[in-house]
Amino acid sequence: MTAWRTDGGTAIDRGRPLAFTFDGRRIEGFSGDTVASALLAGGVSILGRSFKYHRPRGLWGAGVEEPNALVDIAGGMPNTRATQVPAEDGLAVRSVNAAPSAEKDRHAFLDAFSRFIPAAFYYKTFMFPDWHRFEPRIRAMAGLGTLDENVKAPAFAEQVNHHCDVLVVGAGPAGLLAARKAVRAGRRVVLSDDGRQAGGSLLFRAATVEGKPGAEWAADVAAELTRAGALVLAGTTAFGIYDHRLVGLNEKGEGGAPDRLWRVRAQSIVLATGAIERPLPFGNNDLPGVMSAEAALVYLRRFGVAAGRKVVVATNNGLAYETAEALAAAGADVTVVDHRADVAAPAGLRVLRGTSIVSAGGRNAVSSVRLSDGQVLEADAVLASGGFTPTVHLYCQAQGRLDWRDDILAFVPGRAVAGVEVAGAAAGDFGLPAELADGTGRSLGIVAAWPKPRARQRVWIDLQNDVTAKDVELAVRENFVSVEHLKRYTTLGMATDQGKTSNVNGLALVAELTGRRIPEVGTTTYRPPFTPVPFAAFAGARSGTRMNPLRRLPLEGEHRAAGAVFRDYGGWLRPAFYGAGAPDERIQAEAAAARAGVALFDGSPLGKIEVIGPDAAPFLDFIYYNTMSTLALGRCRYGFILTEAGIVYDDGVLVRLDEDRFVVSCSSSHVAGVHALLEEWRQDRFDRRRVFIHNATAEMATLTVTGPKSRALMEAVGFGAALDDAALPHMAVTAGVFEGVPVRIARVSFTGERSYEISVPADHAGALWARLGHAGAAFGATLLGLEALMILRAEKGYVVIGKDTDGTSRPMDFGLAAPLARKTVEFVGRRSLVTEDASRLDRRQFVGLEAVDGKGVLPTGAHGIERGEGGLRSTGYVTSSYFSPALQKPIALGLIERGLSRMGDVIELQHLRELRHARIVAPCAFDPEGGRLHA
Amino acid sequence: MQLFPCPFCGPRSESEFHFGGEAGNRRPEGFRAVTDGEWAAYLHERDNRRGPASEIWMHMTCGEVFRMERDTVHHGAVRSFALIEGGGDDGLAH
Repeated sequence: MTAWRTDGGTAIDRGRPLAFTFDGRRIEGFSGDTVASALLAGGVSILGRSFKYHRPRGLWGAGVEEPNALVDIAGGMPNTRATQVPAEDGLAVRSVNAAPSAEKDRHAFLDAFSRFIPAAFYYKTFMFPDWHRFEPRIRAMAGLGTLDENVKAPAFAEQVNHHCDVLVVGAGPAGLLAARKAVRAGRRVVLSDDGRQAGGSLLFRAATVEGKPGAEWAADVAAELTRAGALVLAGTTAFGIYDHRLVGLNEKGEGGAPDRLWRVRAQSIVLATGAIERPLPFGNNDLPGVMSAEAALVYLRRFGVAAGRKVVVATNNGLAYETAEALAAAGADVTVVDHRADVAAPAGLRVLRGTSIVSAGGRNAVSSVRLSDGQVLEADAVLASGGFTPTVHLYCQAQGRLDWRDDILAFVPGRAVAGVEVAGAAAGDFGLPAELADGTGRSLGIVAAWPKPRARQRVWIDLQNDVTAKDVELAVRENFVSVEHLKRYTTLGMATDQGKTSNVNGLALVAELTGRRIPEVGTTTYRPPFTPVPFAAFAGARSGTRMNPLRRLPLEGEHRAAGAVFRDYGGWLRPAFYGAGAPDERIQAEAAAARAGVALFDGSPLGKIEVIGPDAAPFLDFIYYNTMSTLALGRCRYGFILTEAGIVYDDGVLVRLDEDRFVVSCSSSHVAGVHALLEEWRQDRFDRRRVFIHNATAEMATLTVTGPKSRALMEAVGFGAALDDAALPHMAVTAGVFEGVPVRIARVSFTGERSYEISVPADHAGALWARLGHAGAAFGATLLGLEALMILRAEKGYVVIGKDTDGTSRPMDFGLAAPLARKTVEFVGRRSLVTEDASRLDRRQFVGLEAVDGKGVLPTGAHGIERGEGGLRSTGYVTSSYFSPALQKPIALGLIERGLSRMGDVIELQHLRELRHARIVAPCAFDPEGGRLHA
Repeated sequence: MQLFPCPFCGPRSESEFHFGGEAGNRRPEGFRAVTDGEWAAYLHERDNRRGPASEIWMHMTCGEVFRMERDTVHHGAVRSFALIEGGGDDGLAH
């Protein structure tokens, strides 16, 4: 191909030259060029290597439809269409699927073996022993660009949510007209176009619109829209249409900036997405120099690049004549090869009628064409038009159905989709909209030029995926006649391109081979995205903790100052332990100190959901497994909340503050779930005017003082309340005051030691923490992290939901059968507790496990095993396991079959092939009488 | 992303809602009288209807539990009813 710069070009600024590199070679261009137009002008004809056969490939298109010229931009995006990347000074561009360069590709020899590697060759050949052993090398040979893992995005992609009355996709004549009408009717309008400039086909096809040159009219309308307050998005591709008229759009970032994702919710959508030219099926129609006739017109008029000097324009329709005339006027030697016999030839143009190209010749670029009448024409560019395919992707994504039109040989939108209108070429109206047309437009007058079976040479159907007519014939021979099967078997219409240029020719060939009409073959399903969208655009700022934010304690700063090491516990960032040194030693020391003296623990994430109102007591009777209405004022009761399936969902303490006021202290990680559960039952089953639910978890911090000296420390601080055991016994609650602020003090223990949980408004937590620390110095108070707390509670056999329970755990499995026997009213999950499954004798039950083999701490997760005829069988597993500082020996908890009736039995456990032995004991290993709670 | 009409807040994004099950799955009451079969049907058996459906949803941001008529084929959200305004009258929720 010997393309050359003319002195025209409306998109480029010759006063601003620039240079970039392609496969290391310097390419010059002008501001306004795309990478593709500059490469074309620079005489680069091979822009990449084909996917499978490593055939040389040049430009076919000029925009979104480009199947060949995929390039990697250094420091930016892989597999970008060169036709849509603005040329910039200093850009480093690389061809894909080629090494070392597109021009000198070391895998080019593969094409010589093409007859041995037809469709599905890989899957048929590389089956033994396993496809995956061959996959990496094959992927390296047949593939696309490479991702540079060292590239760091300069910033997060922005995401914008937007609402409007009318969203118009496509700023060609039909889109501009629709947007102008909507704006003039007072609607809020968004207009998007993937080009940098509004106008669509008006930017390169000659037209007079409302008395002005087309491009000028387009610029004027765009300006009017902006003045009227419409949002005009340039360089923005609407890639997907989703439920309820949500449209996803990707705005290309300029100058290395990340793309921006738009989510536009529109009352109505106008799709003016235009049409895409189809290739003509002839032998070697993939040679560099074979280009879409419309693309050649774009390069000539927009960028001042003529595709060749000796040009053959091959067409089956009337629209390609504008390309022929324009190139002839620019000085090229043009011959038109028209499939149609009975058309009038424009004056001054050489037209061969009733003939067509059989094959193209040339090694790395086209040099000649052979016609059906035997003539051979020299050519350095073959500009082909096989008709136009309306861009119906978004319409089809919106559940539209296509109709086939024989007069224009194209699928067009059929039935109406509510809120979605299709206009212009996308609807099959290839000329100007009727209101704008002046009667001078060209007519399509298309005749069929579909691929035929049994061609002597290879006829490419899908350029991007290297699918030829022979591959389609093979697939049909092997009975892949459903269009969806054909796509998967041959890869026709796959990859980034999704068959924008290839689908209809492929369908026509299948129709011919199977004796059906094209609409009977049908199309494959259209799915988003229309063009590839970077993952970074979808991700936006949502990565790491921005994707899943950690919840933070009001006292995080205080804990950090005290040397806390933080970990994530159920979404909360909490102190695991305090201080430097070996973590295990720190944790053991913290646990021991809490039992010896007094320790401070931050339990702020503890659930504090208030249930208020005259029906609060019966409501909580329904929610809990335990009877709660009998709870005395100022007292606390431990209980389970079940699911309707009778499975333990949460446990915790219920506090009764008043006749009609309770606080549900649920597990820290279950607050949202329990809150939703309470709301759902309240609204669904109770009188919502008589029960209210208020989640006070975040507004109150909870600080725990635990250990034998805790009462002394509490009394030293004061709180203006009687804290003696008569006034405030274990499982009681009282109101106190700290620095003028009301606090709630509950005698609830998760350590087995005398404990006080002080709930204080979160903004006073810092002052209370400081006071406890200060006053605590006299009692040798220590800090207690969550890891040590877990040991203390395990010594006592206290359950952690989700750790010591699983999706089969029922309350009786924890030895808690009495509440069910005593309770007379309905509650959540009750009926599930009297089923066959619930009363099975071999249920897994919660027990303690004492290692008897002297091999140290049992592995958490180790399975109890039983040897039978069928081999090993699991009888349950270890749920929690620690070294106990109080007992100076390993302790463990577990769910073991029939455990409650097997106390004292020694069982075998296995973990990662290690065999262990443990005795089944009561869960509570330390202070089983509970005397320390009152000590 | 669908738009659901919350009876309290108006149209809001689907991601703010939590599915609460098919409407009309009435909870069998009287734990002594309810048979295993009735209870199992309440817990597990769902119509999973194609086309028009009546469902219970919760709007997590305001806490409203309501009934919504929705089409499972074309995803049209027809209308919604607050439970206290008669939405629950025909044995809708649990």
